[in-house]
Amino acid sequence: MSAPNPTQRTGRLSTLAAAFVIARRDFVAILWSRSFIFFLLGPLFPLIVGGLAGGVGSEIRHSAERPQLGMVLAGDDIDALLTAQKALAPHLDSLPELVVVRRLKPGESADPAAALHDTGTNGGNLAAILSGSAAHPVLTGPKGRIIDWQGSVSILSARATGHGPDAFPQVALAPTATSTADQATGRLVTAQGAQTLLFLLIMLLAGMVLSNLVEEKGNKIIEVLAAAIPMDAVFLGKLFAMLAVSLVGISVWAATIGGVHLIGGGQTLQSLPTPAVGWPLFVALGIVYFSMGYLLLGSVFLTVGSMASTVREVQTLSMPVTMMQLLVFFFATYAMAHQGTPTEYAAIAFPFSSPFTMLARAAIHGEIWPHLAALGWQVLCVAVFVRGGAHIFRRRVMQSGPQGARGQKRRLWSILRGRQAG
Amino acid sequence: MARNDSRDWAIEAQGLVKRFDGVTAVDGVDLRVPQGAIYGILGPNGAGKTTTLRMLLGIIDPDAGMRRVLGSERPHDMAHAIGYLPEERGLYPSMKAFEAIGFLGALRGLPQAEGRRRGRILMEKHGLGHLADRQIRQMSKGQAQQVQLLGTLVHAPQLVVFDEPFSGLDAINQGRLETMIRELAAGGTTVIFSTHVIAHAERMCDEVAIIAGGRVPFAGPVDVARDRIAPQVRLETARVEGAWRAAIPAEARCDLRSDGGAFWYFSLPDSGIEPLLRALIEGEAGILSLSIERGGLHDAFVAIAGEAVAQAMNTTQPEDAQ
Repeated sequence: MSAPNPTQRTGRLSTLAAAFVIARRDFVAILWSRSFIFFLLGPLFPLIVGGLAGGVGSEIRHSAERPQLGMVLAGDDIDALLTAQKALAPHLDSLPELVVVRRLKPGESADPAAALHDTGTNGGNLAAILSGSAAHPVLTGPKGRIIDWQGSVSILSARATGHGPDAFPQVALAPTATSTADQATGRLVTAQGAQTLLFLLIMLLAGMVLSNLVEEKGNKIIEVLAAAIPMDAVFLGKLFAMLAVSLVGISVWAATIGGVHLIGGGQTLQSLPTPAVGWPLFVALGIVYFSMGYLLLGSVFLTVGSMASTVREVQTLSMPVTMMQLLVFFFATYAMAHQGTPTEYAAIAFPFSSPFTMLARAAIHGEIWPHLAALGWQVLCVAVFVRGGAHIFRRRVMQSGPQGARGQKRRLWSILRGRQAG
Repeated sequence: MARNDSRDWAIEAQGLVKRFDGVTAVDGVDLRVPQGAIYGILGPNGAGKTTTLRMLLGIIDPDAGMRRVLGSERPHDMAHAIGYLPEERGLYPSMKAFEAIGFLGALRGLPQAEGRRRGRILMEKHGLGHLADRQIRQMSKGQAQQVQLLGTLVHAPQLVVFDEPFSGLDAINQGRLETMIRELAAGGTTVIFSTHVIAHAERMCDEVAIIAGGRVPFAGPVDVARDRIAPQVRLETARVEGAWRAAIPAEARCDLRSDGGAFWYFSLPDSGIEPLLRALIEGEAGILSLSIERGGLHDAFVAIAGEAVAQAMNTTQPEDAQ
């Protein structure tokens, strides 16, 4: 062998340039791997299952949610009530559907409670029984149901006995976009929905970072990386690579879901409750807060995962990590319900819940400057966490010889127990 | 350690200390590696060689002490001028060979395209051209090692650090590596390698640092290390007794011969060879043969680091010298 003949000397890489080298390698390696296809298809499985379950549920609801009012009345009364229902139905949506259970002959009587529980009478879809007479109707059934139908049956009886209104003036409608109450409620719904979506995406995607350094440790390349560039750059590069992969995934999923939704004639964003900062800025903030949440949680996961030496250890760590994410989410949700209180400010200040809380805030409040301040704070926290993680990794993992390997498991447990080894 | 102009030294280290979990792995190491030299760090497993190299390269920080690599106290600032082949070799298995070389170059600041171009050229030059488009996972361990070695050099570093480079190589590839190290040094590149095989260090190094128990009892030219021990005298005499015996050190080893003569083995006295010769001749010792041999690096190592450390190295030597 002989030494290469240099034609170009190299220059020092900045931390960001070094991070880019790592990010580019990881990004390309993941995107070109076969498993990335499964990554993209992954969310389709729950969607398909959810869709099927929803379809079946909807079918069940469709049949179950059309309760009927059975009539056990004299034949004349039944005919009069059916005529009244036919006349009133176009004007009153709340009228129950009437079905004939039994036409009573003159002098005949029947037990309405027994008729109600006779499932063979009408497929078991009877919610109550109307008995007595058109002039003196009696409702038999569960309390809530008969109270609901009391007014409607009264109107039907009035019409059936000739006491109801004959003319129905046309009421003109003057719709407004929303009322103050609707707007507040709608924004809260948007905030909650956005927060939940943000949580789901980060929970699904940030966990991948846990195992991100296992490959480098397993194939021993970590020492080559650590000798060539600062460990901060390795951490940063890996985080940004996984973030980029996640954003690619989200873009594909969003485009697919959006496309299917539009083709199916679904609602557009304009038809949903508009967030306080407006949809374009809200979507932009959503992407930025997703990125910040991903980087914040990811930097911690990367550090914890880097202490693990095997995939099995990473899997063991997944459960407490998921629980931690849930706690953060609950905290942010609780803070959203307590706008303007110290709880909300604490959730904004606490780095891990800050992106969730601020996205909810963007839906409810229109000011922009708090977002700039929060993003500055979150960027600072990412920098501190990445640097801290890299420092811990160098101090605790990059040791040589059997002592280093033996000490590694002890150090992982020390970290989990919250104390320093040795 | 007095500090000269930093341009004369590829590496200067003073009082490096590193502790892991309360155990002192490196305990006050001083080193000065001249630019353009082949420098060996010699010691048994667990002596602190790898930890010292890792501190010099900035992989870990020392708990105490100073390091200056190519004039900078922050080794990563000079990473673009350094090549490093760790003891535990590793590449991304899914990468093709030329991509792996390009990636290693990119880590050192070489544009990726240029690194890949050089990677193909280097592989062709070293008879590995047919493997350039093969994934690392499809290669033998030896082939992957050679790819990593080329990746270590692709950015034309001024300083190359090898940690146990001969470990795991067959005799032919050990020879090739020795040739390459000499060529690098001839081109002005400083080469440092750690080894626990004394023969490699003795054959190749201009200077060595002997490290044992985290300390460096000797650092300097190989000749100076050898001079630490007195030349060994082997004397064959026709007689065993006589006045001349006073000239022979009391601790000399004596092997009696059946014909009444004897072999004597002892270190040359500080007074030199002439008084000894005079006493033997005048005392009529009947000199049959006399030789004076300069000690080897192994003898120097034993004298400097101790018999126990030398034995520890000898026990690991055959496995790695294969």
